[in-house]
Amino acid sequence: MKKTLAATALAAFTALPMAASADGEVNIYSYRQAYLLEPLLDAFNKETGIEANVVFAKKGLAERLEREGRNSPADVVMTVDISRINELVERDLVQGVESEILNQNIPENLRHPEGKWYALTTRGRLIFASKGRVEEGEITTYEQLADDKWEGRICTRSGKHPYNIALFSSMIAHHGEAETEKWLQGVKENLARKPQGGDRDQIKAIAEGVCDLSIGNSYYYGNMLQDENQREIAEQVRLVFPNAEGRGTHVNISGISLTKSAPNRENAIKLMEFLSSEKAQQVYAEANTEYPANPDVAPSGIVTEWGSINPDALSLQEIANHREAAVKMVDRVDYDGE
Amino acid sequence: MTEAVSSTDTGLHQPLLAKRTSRRWLFSALLTTAIVALPVLSVIFLAFFPEENIWPHLLETTLPRYLITTIELMLGVGVLTLVIGLATAWTVTMCEFPGRKFFEWALLLPFAVPAYVIAYVYTSLLDYAGPVQTTLREWYGWNNASDYWFPEIRSLEGAILMIGLVLYPYVYLLARAAFLEQSPSLFAVSRSLGHSAVSTFFKVVLPIARPAVAVGLSLVLMETLNDFGTVDFFAVQTLTAGLFDTWMNLGNLGGAAQIATTMLAFVVILVTLERYSRRRQQQFAARDNRDPIQRFTLSAPRQWICVLVCLVPVLFGFLIPGGTLAFYAWDYFEESWNPDFIQNTLNSLFLSGTAAITTLLIGITLAYSRRLHNTRSMKILMRLSSLGYAMPGAVLAVGVIVPLAGFDNWLDSWFREAFGISTGLLLSGSAFAVVFAYTVRFLAVSAGSVESALQKITPSMDMASRSLGHSPGKTLIRVHLPMLRGTLLTAALVVFVDCMKELPATLILRPFNFETLATYVYQFASDERLYHSALPALIIVLAGIIPIILMSRSISNTRSIG
Repeated sequence: MKKTLAATALAAFTALPMAASADGEVNIYSYRQAYLLEPLLDAFNKETGIEANVVFAKKGLAERLEREGRNSPADVVMTVDISRINELVERDLVQGVESEILNQNIPENLRHPEGKWYALTTRGRLIFASKGRVEEGEITTYEQLADDKWEGRICTRSGKHPYNIALFSSMIAHHGEAETEKWLQGVKENLARKPQGGDRDQIKAIAEGVCDLSIGNSYYYGNMLQDENQREIAEQVRLVFPNAEGRGTHVNISGISLTKSAPNRENAIKLMEFLSSEKAQQVYAEANTEYPANPDVAPSGIVTEWGSINPDALSLQEIANHREAAVKMVDRVDYDGE
Repeated sequence: MTEAVSSTDTGLHQPLLAKRTSRRWLFSALLTTAIVALPVLSVIFLAFFPEENIWPHLLETTLPRYLITTIELMLGVGVLTLVIGLATAWTVTMCEFPGRKFFEWALLLPFAVPAYVIAYVYTSLLDYAGPVQTTLREWYGWNNASDYWFPEIRSLEGAILMIGLVLYPYVYLLARAAFLEQSPSLFAVSRSLGHSAVSTFFKVVLPIARPAVAVGLSLVLMETLNDFGTVDFFAVQTLTAGLFDTWMNLGNLGGAAQIATTMLAFVVILVTLERYSRRRQQQFAARDNRDPIQRFTLSAPRQWICVLVCLVPVLFGFLIPGGTLAFYAWDYFEESWNPDFIQNTLNSLFLSGTAAITTLLIGITLAYSRRLHNTRSMKILMRLSSLGYAMPGAVLAVGVIVPLAGFDNWLDSWFREAFGISTGLLLSGSAFAVVFAYTVRFLAVSAGSVESALQKITPSMDMASRSLGHSPGKTLIRVHLPMLRGTLLTAALVVFVDCMKELPATLILRPFNFETLATYVYQFASDERLYHSALPALIIVLAGIIPIILMSRSISNTRSIG
């Protein structure tokens, strides 16, 4: 008894590897909530017998990975937003993966040229409009958000949120800094209230009559429709795929990368391949109403009902390149101010 | 008044100390401080290597607003906690009214509610779709938000209220202990010299309690300065928001470390100013438990005012948020309850308990060393070891990773070279890292209260014990610790509750598959699904209540109350 107690204490107080399952393990640093991953990791375990271990945090994991260096126990990092993923590459924390399966499952524009990251899902950044107060076809592009007619009628979350930063970066890529800044100033002037809350809160605000338009990721809307407490709210808005007729709607990704240290390299690659497989991609599609990165898998039923998305062909790398400019622009136009 | 406040030369007479033992104390204090200060020093170190100079951009754009909002928030929370804390402490100590004994400990309850939880709860109650506004709309037949005005909970004022409601117990706790320790004869003398009760409060009672109140208030202000969860949720842009923006969005950790260091300097200046302003005061309590406190006997209406004064903070700080959580927990019980739940509770208790004990032991070592060597450098060491409290948890976590991972990798390289084996990471990514972070963060709480309590024990006690042949260590164990029992228990319990609630450092530093109650709650709360984690959130609150009741009893026992 005493011995086991001492062993437990030792195990708790040092990072000594605990007894792993016979088929080994794989360690994940995740920017996404662990409970969202659970069904996928359970399915992975059933198929391969490999035990997946997770640490979830929204910040600081890149620093932890960097400082732990070659001894880091982490095998893969799972992130959302292209800029976060790109940061891992720039700080040289991840390595390339050569895998036939991954290359087959994930289209070229949704992976790093050297395999340093692979997208697992994509999500469109859409415009939501009040069914009652906005006519169908009255707004069709991001550019129109700056029109005077929307003065005091738009709600968004903080301009500093990675999803908005990525959208603004894509605007910079298409229109250049000067014109985008003018546009962003225009959007700011049209805001009904100081940016706050999450994407769902903006849809709620439309239902409450605070504003008529909002910007948000597609799956938030899907999740609201699936939640019986929120369905009624979500049904009061219509979704718009901005720029569908032109260059396409801005999309962002969630993705996975193999770390440089990766002690369980082979298991990690197995996990990456599994997550790109049809089976896992279906779970992503159904559970979180995201667009699967694997083109062989169809989006979930309600997502298909919205009509198909025409994603902007702009390379994700290009979006990541403009992040800093976008962040500073948000400060300059005081987007989050009163 | 001169009995308690006298300006005198402080400290012990050095000749009483045997050189060798005294060096041992000095050495252990130095070593502990060095270890505890490592994370903060790491952050200051990082501040020298920014990706780019962030200040021109900040100065040009958001810095003025961040600064003003931060100051407004701190002022608001400071005033609110002072008013609630002092008013309630004074009422329960000095007035007799129905339910006084209950309020003595009930007033501490809001302390058990994490600020991020109270913020979520009130938002769900007060936002448009919440029960309050829905009911109002039904009553008055309003259709939507443009038909009426309702105060916005997600605002600076809202944040002040939320943070103030859960932090005022710091002021209440320390003020009440100080009021209880004051000799009632002081009060009687002042009254007999013609001062009213109110003017006696401001001229005699408060000045004597000031060191304790200042400690409480500085803890409140530091927590406010570091709060990220609440201000982020309420879109209130403080310096912390700027810090995380610089770190996460601009990828400039060095720049973020600079902002953290600036905030640290700001806190140090504030605390130093407060201490400087009372540098000539040295208090040795005439700890006279024989005189019972004579409570005011009040007329019935006045008694009800007392009840109201005490009820309002308990109602809004605890009963409403606690009740709402209980309601959700009941409603979503099946989803909240899962087998990991007990393990998570045990993890929380284990980490918080270990950290409370460690923090207390280190606090005693430091405070007692300071008593033995009352030198300027000892004073600086004390201050240095308490800096962890003045830094946002997530930044401190990075400060913890730097030395721990550095040590691990150094050891690993050494072993690889010498013996050809790899030791891997030993400390980084372990529960040790989390406990270490807790200790660094909350040492200010325990060291501060031990220090201030020790200062009140007159040096003649030490002299008597030492002249009877006891070593400093034995004197500590036989004389000081028994006298400080109440303070020690309180300090350990405050740290315990604080650790139960701690979130950002735990998230970043924890081992794989390791959840505490706080991290478990956060997973859902951060995904706008607080309902699903109402049960664990409630447990954090309940786990905090037990120590709170103990704490309150230990304080009441410092004086036999007539």
